[in-house]
Amino acid sequence: MAFPHRPDAPELPDFSMLKRLARDQLIYLLEQQHEVDKLYKVENKPALSSSEQLCFLVRPRIKNMRYIASLVNADKLAGRTRKYKVIFSPQKFYACEMVLEEEGIYGDVSCDEWAFSLLPLDVDLLSMELPEFFRDYFLEGDQRWINTVAQALHLLSTLYGPFPNCYGIGRCAKMAYELWRNLEEEEDGETKGRRPEIGHIFLLDRDVDFVTALCSQVVYEGLVDDTFRIKCGSVDFGPEVTSSDKSLKVLLNAEDKVFNEIRNEHFSNVFGFLSQKARNLQAQYDRRRGMDIKQMKNFVSQELKGLKQEHRLLSLHIGACESIMKKKTKQDFQELIKTEHALLEGFNIRESTSYIEEHIDRQVSPIESLRLMCLLSITENGLIPKDYRSLKTQYLQSYGPEHLLTFSNLRRAGLLTEQAPGDTLTAVESKVSKLVTDKAAGKITDAFSSLAKRSNFRAISKKLNLIPRVDGEYDLKVPRDMAYVFSGAYVPLSCRIIEQVLERRSWQGLDEVVRLLNCSDFAFTDMTKEDKASSESLRLILVVFLGGCTFSEISALRFLGREKGYRFIFLTTAVTNSARLMEAMSEVKA
Amino acid sequence: MNRTKGDEEEYWNSSKFKAFTFDDEDDELSQLKESKRAVNSLRDFVDDDDDDDLERVSWSGEPVGSISWSIKETAGNSSSSHEGREQLKSRNSFSSYAQLPKPTSTYSLSSFFRGRTRPGSFQSLSDALSDTPAKSYAPELGRPKGEYRDYSNDWSPSDTVRRLRKGKVCSLERFRSLQDKLQLLEEAVSMHDGNVITAVLIFLKRTLSKEILFRELEVRQVALRHLIHFLKEIGDQKLLLDLFRFLDRTEELALSHYREHLNIQDPDKRKEFLKTCIGLPFSAEDSAHIQDHYTLLERQIIIEANDRHLESAGQTEIFRKHPRKASILNMPLVTTLFYSCFYHYTEAEGTFSSPVNLKKTFKIPDKQYVLTALAARAKLRAWNDVDALFTTKNWLGYTKKRAPIGFHRVVEILHKNNAPVQTCRDLKDRQQLLAYRSKVDKGSAEEEKIDALLSSSVSSYSLSLQQAQETVHKTVPSICSQGLEGLQLANPHGCKALLWPQCQKHCFE
Repeated sequence: MAFPHRPDAPELPDFSMLKRLARDQLIYLLEQQHEVDKLYKVENKPALSSSEQLCFLVRPRIKNMRYIASLVNADKLAGRTRKYKVIFSPQKFYACEMVLEEEGIYGDVSCDEWAFSLLPLDVDLLSMELPEFFRDYFLEGDQRWINTVAQALHLLSTLYGPFPNCYGIGRCAKMAYELWRNLEEEEDGETKGRRPEIGHIFLLDRDVDFVTALCSQVVYEGLVDDTFRIKCGSVDFGPEVTSSDKSLKVLLNAEDKVFNEIRNEHFSNVFGFLSQKARNLQAQYDRRRGMDIKQMKNFVSQELKGLKQEHRLLSLHIGACESIMKKKTKQDFQELIKTEHALLEGFNIRESTSYIEEHIDRQVSPIESLRLMCLLSITENGLIPKDYRSLKTQYLQSYGPEHLLTFSNLRRAGLLTEQAPGDTLTAVESKVSKLVTDKAAGKITDAFSSLAKRSNFRAISKKLNLIPRVDGEYDLKVPRDMAYVFSGAYVPLSCRIIEQVLERRSWQGLDEVVRLLNCSDFAFTDMTKEDKASSESLRLILVVFLGGCTFSEISALRFLGREKGYRFIFLTTAVTNSARLMEAMSEVKA
Repeated sequence: MNRTKGDEEEYWNSSKFKAFTFDDEDDELSQLKESKRAVNSLRDFVDDDDDDDLERVSWSGEPVGSISWSIKETAGNSSSSHEGREQLKSRNSFSSYAQLPKPTSTYSLSSFFRGRTRPGSFQSLSDALSDTPAKSYAPELGRPKGEYRDYSNDWSPSDTVRRLRKGKVCSLERFRSLQDKLQLLEEAVSMHDGNVITAVLIFLKRTLSKEILFRELEVRQVALRHLIHFLKEIGDQKLLLDLFRFLDRTEELALSHYREHLNIQDPDKRKEFLKTCIGLPFSAEDSAHIQDHYTLLERQIIIEANDRHLESAGQTEIFRKHPRKASILNMPLVTTLFYSCFYHYTEAEGTFSSPVNLKKTFKIPDKQYVLTALAARAKLRAWNDVDALFTTKNWLGYTKKRAPIGFHRVVEILHKNNAPVQTCRDLKDRQQLLAYRSKVDKGSAEEEKIDALLSSSVSSYSLSLQQAQETVHKTVPSICSQGLEGLQLANPHGCKALLWPQCQKHCFE
């Protein structure tokens, strides 16, 4: 169980520094004010505070500006004078300032920035905590966060040295990379001559691989995220998990010894592990029988604490597993997984389609139904028009007509599309008709200002061998490849790409894959001389997910790292999963 | 949009930087209590009430004794970076942090914001704290950028754009010719920073007529997307619609207009608004959806008024027995159908609220209709209606059981509503009865009845499950006092392949 790291695995850099930096900067900002004593959440209601000054710590969004404006203008009307300060995190946007100006409070409010963009959620996981990145960029095509990403990368290279090897795929990845390079050039010399601590950096756009993010997760950490939603590295376990009447907020990271051993495991292994653990724990408690006073004293002072801690964690995770089992059994998880695997492998499409239909008809969760439709669409290069129409109609009937807007969003993002008539092309056909299709594609792009392109999943899957051939049963206890994170049925595309490029140290030989990914212009490598990089640093890889990464991908790459003697560090705009992606696309009621 | 609000709440509530949470103390406390409870629940265990497993946590949320609180101690006493790191590590292994004073937030802050200029690796904290000449990498901290004024007139477009990216205020007024403006925009686009692109667009929007602006953006897709998103965000619906009209993006125009209905709360006004959407240039398919949306709301308004009246009059049995929990307004069609099957099942086809009328008006497929009607009638325990749903007469007058949906779904719905065994048996399918058996309580009258009907052998499944459970219960009584009841729900027919059998195997081996 719980694979240990290889003895030669490189050590991770110390990321707690980032946290201290951010915290201290915030304290500094707050201290410029006099006595900030209480912080309120910005909500759409009047501030009750009677303070002489108000300080707002906000994300740079128009909605927040309107709220602040209404507050300041209400004060003005009441003849009240206060000092106002807005601290934008991670940065201020001009559009926000414009709103402040339009609302007539520009001079009344002073603005500042808290450049906090890297939160270390774990020893190997940095999150920018920007879930809105996904919708802003991949739906709206707004590049407002690219500078934030570039700044974050710049900060990392300032702290941990330059990255000798850079790789990337995706339009956003390329832009972020170029902007970051510009920053480095402008502040020349800062990282020059430094010894690199991290040998490689790999940037990847979420839309290069939507499929992986849309799958149900079955490794423990992913399953906990899908079931309970991990927020900012911690999870709220409700009464059904804690077996008390209270909910409990639990930090989930490497510090939790029990969790750390099961987080990357396929769920089917977790129970066995926990029950073994429980038996061991009982045995350790049992040792106290037959102890004399002195031994007992030792036991109490030295071991009891650890045992108690372990006991507490163990009962929590057992509770969580039970609750997951209950929920998953109720929703017929087995059938769901079977359907997903069929979609990934591309057989029984009709059967899967009627399964999805049934989901919709029974008004099973709207997000689930949407997710399955998207999975069907991407793996099949779009739905055939008849299915598209019928599923859409049923969806609107089951979950509300306003989801018409959701469908339009999904189409623009390329998540749920309709095959153009006669759009079932073989590779040869597609080459021949390239000219024609390009024209047609151009038209569609114009019509919907779409970032969407054909997904070509089936062809990519074949090229990269994403569906492992299994003789007999896949032993999930002893995983052979990254496919274990999806029960041995599918190797996450994103992770496979990273693996292949790291192996080759370039995109060489992957041209066809890159073309199928529609990324011919957006796959890049940049190497500098490696004489300064230690061999240890060359086995450290920073993977940057633009638009979010899932815990399954993290687990898969951790596995790859153990196999190859690398260690991966993850930087993501936010940790995501299928439900979050779908919610970001949903048009919710105002 | 709720999304952003939710996200932000999530963010601030869950941030590890506990300075922003209001209940971090509580959390620790409840965790402590939980662990205490767990330990106390260990049978006949040593009586101990010491709370020394309480992690001492500073206001920042980090356990006291973590690296950040050791800053003061290590600062300045280590010059070799590697040594410094080792030292920090060894310090952390001490267990007596209770004595560390709780630092106030006033200690030297500026020192954290320095980067090194001399070569060498930046590894230890002591470096960050040393007083060697250092460069700030938290630029302009303490000097709000808004206070910068820059009246320089000779920044080139590319310099201007670069200054904008750094967040500096920079006058754009001198870019007056169209050529200058477009050059500025192109520089912004080629730099990729969306914030700067939008800043330039705000300037262009203010200083160009909309026809010219639209015309120029039509051939600049990246900038165009930014303008559209910007207009959506600030809610400039009029200009947005003008833009779509100019670009001849009729479908987006229609959708954009339709989106506005979400902001109208009053049902009658919303209905009137939807009426204005019907003629908009949607795709043929969407036009039908919009028409349906309008018709549905129109129906709902009628039904709602009627039923509210019936309910308050108190004369109708169904409303007295099952008071309505919510209004039917703005509910999806399927929900409306359910409602109508529940309250208006027997009504003649001519009335707006009858299920058959809904089915015809909205062309609801048989499958969907049966499923919904079944759920509604089963909920009311109207078993005769349920039976009738599956009965068809063929031309010879024989009755036959048929269902357009899978019988396992039927069984599931019936089970949820505690249908009598007879109803299920009438569905005739022995296999389904078996499935149903697995869902009723063990040892219940229903089970006996089914067994009698089937005289089937008991599956070995339930036995082994029980045995396994006992084993686990015996092994770790305290933990298992929480039970593994969850497993009991596992449906034997669901144990096909991948996941559950292995769970069970590993759990109970």
